[in-house]
Amino acid sequence: MSNIKHLEDICTQVRRDILRQVHKVNSGHPGGSLGCTEFFVALYNEIMERKDSFDMDGIGEDLFFLSNGHISPVYYSVLARAGYFPVEELNTFRLIDSRLQGHPTTHEGLPGIRIASGSLGQGMSVAIGAAQAKKLNNDDTIVYSLHGDGELQEGQNWEAIMYAAAKKVDNLISTVDLNGQQIDGSTDDVLPMGSIKGKFEAFGWTVLEIEEGNNIEAVISGMANAKAKTGKGKPVCVLLKTIMGNGVDFMMHTHAWHGKAPNDEQLAIGLEQNPETLGDY
Amino acid sequence: MKTYTYTEKKDTRSGFGAGLAELGRTNPDVVALCADLIGSLKMNEFIKENPERFFQIGIAEANMMGIAAGLTIGGKIPFTGTFANFSTGRVYDQIRQSIAYSGKNVKICASHAGLTLGEDGATHQILEDIGMMKMLPGMTVINPCDFNQTKAATVAIAEHQGPVYLRFGRPSVPIFTPADQKFEIGKAIKFTEGTDVTIIATGHLVWEALEASKALNEQGISAEVINIHTIKPLDETAILESVSKTGCVVTAEEHNIIGGLGESVARVLATNTPAPQEFIGTNDTFGESGTPAQLMDKYGLNSAAIIEKAQAVIKRK
Repeated sequence: MSNIKHLEDICTQVRRDILRQVHKVNSGHPGGSLGCTEFFVALYNEIMERKDSFDMDGIGEDLFFLSNGHISPVYYSVLARAGYFPVEELNTFRLIDSRLQGHPTTHEGLPGIRIASGSLGQGMSVAIGAAQAKKLNNDDTIVYSLHGDGELQEGQNWEAIMYAAAKKVDNLISTVDLNGQQIDGSTDDVLPMGSIKGKFEAFGWTVLEIEEGNNIEAVISGMANAKAKTGKGKPVCVLLKTIMGNGVDFMMHTHAWHGKAPNDEQLAIGLEQNPETLGDY
Repeated sequence: MKTYTYTEKKDTRSGFGAGLAELGRTNPDVVALCADLIGSLKMNEFIKENPERFFQIGIAEANMMGIAAGLTIGGKIPFTGTFANFSTGRVYDQIRQSIAYSGKNVKICASHAGLTLGEDGATHQILEDIGMMKMLPGMTVINPCDFNQTKAATVAIAEHQGPVYLRFGRPSVPIFTPADQKFEIGKAIKFTEGTDVTIIATGHLVWEALEASKALNEQGISAEVINIHTIKPLDETAILESVSKTGCVVTAEEHNIIGGLGESVARVLATNTPAPQEFIGTNDTFGESGTPAQLMDKYGLNSAAIIEKAQAVIKRK
């Protein structure tokens, strides 16, 4: 395992990148991005077996699909910091002629992205297809996906959840970001979903929980555990308990920063709480 | 004038099934998906010969489109199969984001398109699918006219890199194109030469256009019948060449005239050489239950209707 301090430094820098991206264009989604920082950093720096270069088919390497595409700021930052494209390009987030569209897309050819996402509920189906292609190719690497908890209100997810278990897609680890928040309020206020764990289990998945989804060590050990559960006839679901807006005190524990950018003063406070580690872009 | 006859009738969906079976034998990257309509889509032969390359999705078309998109990552060429209604309207956003915008090499194969689905009625008779699909950037839209052309189109789209919508139907219709005719995406086929009126037809209406041209010929009207099997990309050159000679056009399709082939032809003419045009198609309406022949007659989608429109459009020159 990499030095935990180093991974935490990456997380701090990624949080800075998130804040600076959305601040510059006064738009974007910082809350869920901050909440999933440790997950992304763990995945790309510790968990996934991946090649240095990017090709669409990704044969012989683990793949990742982001279904809740609005948390693109964390995705872009982690991809850039992992070497997929120059970190300076984060400066172009949401600007005209950029490869860093508001929501991730393959359309502009940004390395690291394999599917467009933004319209919710589609990513798990895509991840299943990629996992089944791996099986056809006798490729024993793994497919990862990430979904918001509110996103599970989209019906297509449940078609996919039913299918993945029925067809024994056991090279798939789908993580749900359980931050309990969505645009109009808490998930319990908007549309209570009952036990997500119970639902996945009832559909035939192996379900693991990561209680401290903003603790990099907990995320790494939880995801390693999930990886160990693959190849056993069932798809694996990880319920990742996170705090929306984590790492920036005034953004935490609220849905208010789901899709809102900080002003100059708020940015300064957020950056002060997350001092530069790897160097700003 | 060249005339066409037939000795056998078959459904175009069987042409798809035959083409898919051929691909199963010749292209190891081709995989097939179906949402609980194997028999209706005539996919049995492919499945029997390539069980490991077939994915039964169940009644979950949105999931099917997403899985198809995912299968392309890893080099597969997925062919999805369900009715045209469930291949388009039901899953428009999945096609838009996960397939078209993502540039995935998925072949969306849609049977039972249009009124000729018959007795099941309007819930299943989609007449808007060409419009929806042609509006998607990067989507190729193909509506073949008989068994042979559908089979050839099925085989051809596997070689095309990019998303394709392939539309075909349920009823048995005359087989009048040669079995060995190569299918060229985006290339119109001129069936008859004519000087008085151009009839541009797609799908099941091509045979009706040929029947109409025979009758028109007997009335001394020389009709040029052009088969546009690829609605997008459209063979603009073929359209302009023909209409510049005849000076008027009738378009014929089993689809709403709003959003269909006819509007695409009108755009080409309007921006190049405007000419009188008449439209054969449903006119902003849903279908209903009935036999295919009854429906095509009631909604004016047959040779008799084409003849009338041809006579009318010539007068407008």
